[in-house]
This record gives sequence, C-alpha cells and structure tokens, in this order.
Amino acid sequence: MAATDITSKTFTLPRLARSLDWLAGDGMTRVAGGLTTSLLLPLLGIGLFLLLWSAGAAQVQTSLGQLPGPAQVWAQGQSLWDEHQMAREREAAFYERLDKRLQASIAAGEPEEKLARIRNRQYTGYPTFVDQIWTSLITVGTGFLLASIIAIPIGIVCGMSAGFYAGMNPIIQVFKPVSPLAWLPLVTIIVSAVYVSDDPAISKSFITSAITVTLCCLWPTIINTTVGVATVDKDLMNVSRVLRLGWLKQTLKIILPSAMPMIFTGLRLSLGIGWMVLIAAEMLAQNPGLGKFVWDEFQNGSSNSLARIMVAVLVIGVIGFLLDRAMLMLQRRFSWDKDAILR
Amino acid sequence: MQSFLKIDHIGISFDTPKGKLEVLRDIKLDIAEGEFVSLIGHSGCGKSTVLNIVAGLLRASTGGVLLEAREVTEPGPDRAVVFQHHSLLPWLSVYDNVRLAVDQVFGKTRTRRERDEWTRHNLTLVHMDHALERRPGEISGGMKQRVGIARALAMEPKVLLLDEPFGALDSLTRTHMQDSLMEIQARLNNTVIMITHDVDEAVLLSDRIVMMTNGPAATVGQVLAVDLLRPRDRLALAEDAAYNHYRAEVVKFLHERHDKPRLVSHKPNAGQDAAPLPLAANG
Repeated sequence: MAATDITSKTFTLPRLARSLDWLAGDGMTRVAGGLTTSLLLPLLGIGLFLLLWSAGAAQVQTSLGQLPGPAQVWAQGQSLWDEHQMAREREAAFYERLDKRLQASIAAGEPEEKLARIRNRQYTGYPTFVDQIWTSLITVGTGFLLASIIAIPIGIVCGMSAGFYAGMNPIIQVFKPVSPLAWLPLVTIIVSAVYVSDDPAISKSFITSAITVTLCCLWPTIINTTVGVATVDKDLMNVSRVLRLGWLKQTLKIILPSAMPMIFTGLRLSLGIGWMVLIAAEMLAQNPGLGKFVWDEFQNGSSNSLARIMVAVLVIGVIGFLLDRAMLMLQRRFSWDKDAILR
Repeated sequence: MQSFLKIDHIGISFDTPKGKLEVLRDIKLDIAEGEFVSLIGHSGCGKSTVLNIVAGLLRASTGGVLLEAREVTEPGPDRAVVFQHHSLLPWLSVYDNVRLAVDQVFGKTRTRRERDEWTRHNLTLVHMDHALERRPGEISGGMKQRVGIARALAMEPKVLLLDEPFGALDSLTRTHMQDSLMEIQARLNNTVIMITHDVDEAVLLSDRIVMMTNGPAATVGQVLAVDLLRPRDRLALAEDAAYNHYRAEVVKFLHERHDKPRLVSHKPNAGQDAAPLPLAANG
C-alpha cells in the first residue's frame, strides 16, 4: 500500500504543479506566446496600417478626386482581375473563330498561302495587369540570370587573385553606384544599334529592360562572391594543399561550397535591386511590364487611376517579398550551414 | 648514415612592418622511421612553424628538410597534417571527408571498392564507423579530431604531423584521444611529429621530447629520450619513478624558460648578440 502511495504521489505532483502554473497564467502565456509572435502581432500591424491608411486617405483631396482607401483599392484589384479574365475569354473566342474560318477555308480548297496567312494571325489585345506582371517577372528573371552567370565567375576570380581584384576594384566601385535611370538611355540606344532584325524573335524593349537589370544586378553578387571566396578558412586551404587538389577540384570541393552562403547573400541583394530597377526602367522607357502599367495609369488620370496604381504598388511589394523568400528557400536548400539564421 | 627525416639547420624570418622578425634559428633534428617525437615549448615559440615547414606549407629561409634524402619543397599527402581545429570540410559527411583524401591519394592506384573499404577501415580504426553519414557540425570536438586523424592516416603518410591535435579538447576527452592514438601507433608504427604544450601528453606518447627555447629566434633547447616500455598505461605510470623523472625534466625546462626568457632586445638583428644558451642543443 505504501508503494502505491509513493507512485501516486510522484505521478500527481507534476500534474498538480502544472495546474497551479496554469492557474497562475503561466501555461496560457507559454501556449499563446508562439501564436502571438507568429500570427497575432503581424495581423495587428496590418490592421493598424489599414486603419491609419483609410483615415488618412479620407483627408486628402487630389486632382483625381479623393485619395483611395483600402476598400477602393480592393475593388480596383478585383476589377483588374475581372478585366484579365474577360480579355482571356475574348482571346479564346478569337482563336475559336479563327479555327472555324480555317476549317471553312480548307473545306473550300483554298490555296496553301492563304491558309498560312490565317494560321499566322495572332490575337492582339491590350496587355492586362496580369500580363504585365508576367512580363516583368520574365524580364527580371532573365536580367538576373544573365547577371549571375557573369558575376559569380568574376567574383570567384577576384576572390582568388588579389591582383585581378586590384584591377577590377576601381571598375566595380565606379559602376556600382550608377542609377539604372542613367544606364537606360545608353542601353536603349546601343540595343537599337546592335540588335537589328526585321522580324525580331525577342522584342527590343525586353532586351533593353533585361540588360538594364543585369547592369545593376552585377555588383552585389561580384562583391559578395569576392568576399566569400577570399575569406575561405586558411586551414581548409592548407588541407587542400596537403592533398594536392588540382585547381578545378579545389574550386569545386573547397572554395565554392565555403563561399556559398556569401554568394547567396549577394544574389539576394541583386535580385532585390533588380526588381526595383526593373519597375523604374519600364516606367521611364515605356517598356511593357508593371512599370508601364503604373505610368499608363498616371497618364490616364481617370478617377480609378490612383486606386489602380496603389494595387500595382502592393503587387510590386508582394512580388518583391516573394522573390526574396524564394531565394531564401534556394539558399536553405543549397547551403551546408543549416543552422545559420537566415532572414 | 642518412636519417629517415632530417630537419637540417632550418631557420625562418618574416618581414613585418617593424622590420625582420626571426622566428626560428638553426633547428636541427634527426628522426628515425617509426619514431614518435614531440615538440614542446611555450606558446608563440614557433613550434607550429617547425611543423608547417616539415609539412611544406612554409618554406624555410635557411636550411631545409629532407625526407628519405629528398628535399621537401611543397605540401603533399606523404606528410599528412592533423590540424588543431580539425579543419574538416563542414559540407561533407564524415565518410566523404575521409573519402576525399582517399580518392585524391589512391584515385589512380586502387579500385572504387578498395577505396571505399579503405575509408571505412580508417574510420573504424578511430572508432568513428558509427557516424559515417553525420556532418562535422553534428559531432563533438573529440569526434571531429578522430575523423581528422582518420583522414591523415588514410593517406598512408610517411610522416604524420600533429599540430596540437588535442589542444582544444576537454581533459577527459583528451585522455581518451591519447589512449586511442597510442593504440593506433602500436598497430601502425608511424613516424610522428606532434606539437603539444601538455607535459603528460608529451611524456606518455613520445620516444623523444624536443624542448624548444622561447622566441624570437627559437631553437632546440634540449632533447629528452623517453625510455619507457610500450604499451604504456597512464595509471601504472603515474606511480612510476622513471616516468615522473622525465616529467620533472620537462617541467623544469619549461619553468626555467618561463622565468628567464632569453634576453633579446626588440631591435631587429639584435638577437645575434644575445647570450648563448646554457643548455646544450640536441642529444
């Protein structure tokens, strides 16, 4: 009987202690703590922001009417989506009609060249907001990829050779702070001069925007890759020397993995800059994309324009955030240092 | 007679903003095949520099190192180094760290299967065969050092160079590692140079202890032959008179050095006028 007493005591005591803790409010805070920081506080922040926005917007009268609050912006967001859906339906209807005509022409036994003309006809609708998002994403992706392909090898060589770095450094330092808006006219004129084609497969404006993005994306990646490569642990380089690893093997097995976290830091910075640059470039050069959408709405000056621009601003922000998260996921995937705090 | 490893009057100076700094002068040491030699001295005296010159990671300013009558000019796997801070590649598993070395050294002479077996064999030797797929970040400091030793042994070096291999470990782990190293040494009978600042470690493991004077211009102060039977058992030796005598010799040397560091002014080249050492070099 005594034995059971002991066990029952040892088993009930923690439970008692726990309920006392709970009564004291300790249990509640512990459970709620995670939820508070991960969900409640961000929601509170967003809520407060929306409140301030709608209150503030009501006070401002512009030449295009009252500054839109969250509700109007939401409505415009929906209407932009509806317009996109409608444009898609029109496009589908267009191709359906085209197909019918083609079938009719084939049945009528018309010559091949006329058939080809019908087949080649494209739908030429005005690009919707969603189309512009895609254009911008593809442009930034191309520019960023091009920049990475150029910048990572340059950074590796800079990091490995102090002489090469000394030679590159003035160029990097001078071009790094150049605004994309200064590059844009140059790039536009050079692309028009060099890229001459009667039937361009890729549009000139796309190339101009992508190259401008590339020019601004190069520098953070070069600099961070250089630092990453130059600061490889000396002991690890000694290991490589003792093993007599060849140049290529040393780069692949020791230098690159070791510099990977820094390379990714550079890539993330570059992509962030690239996205900002692209919007500016599209606005200034009237190249298709989100920047052009904003500019067109600004020029359009209808009562809905302000709300539409705000939709674009929010979408640009959200996409920038998602791009950064995507890079972070890639970094987690490829980095050996899983414990590193990545934010 | 030509010795297996000959450290022939090496000296090294570095250029510093304050002028030339002579770190080592006239170090002379002959090491026989299968001998275990410890280098002991106060920190900063240049022990690691000696080891790095033997490894080929540094070039001596004067003199040279001969291994089997061949001059050492560059690093290579015949002089494998175990570094103080393990220096395993953190992105590779335990197995891959050793395998990288095995592939590099035996890539052309052994089949893939032989190399796999040899990698596992060396990891078993240091009792790390249970953690082949772990990354260095996931194992303890002692385990990392075991893997570092396995990597060095797997190169089948002519000389094994240990640079304070257990310096960063807690004392209990260090004792384990010393016992492991003795066990491995008994089986493989490698030629070893080990840097240490632990007197017990030096006496327990070595055939000879080379005591270095304080820098700058450090050199060999005294060489002590440790004539204790192997296998050595740390508990039995704790009461052993000969063991304690050797231990006392080393402690005495280090103590004297610490109290009376060599009189050297900080002006460059003033080292030449310094008083000659009271203790005879080499033994």
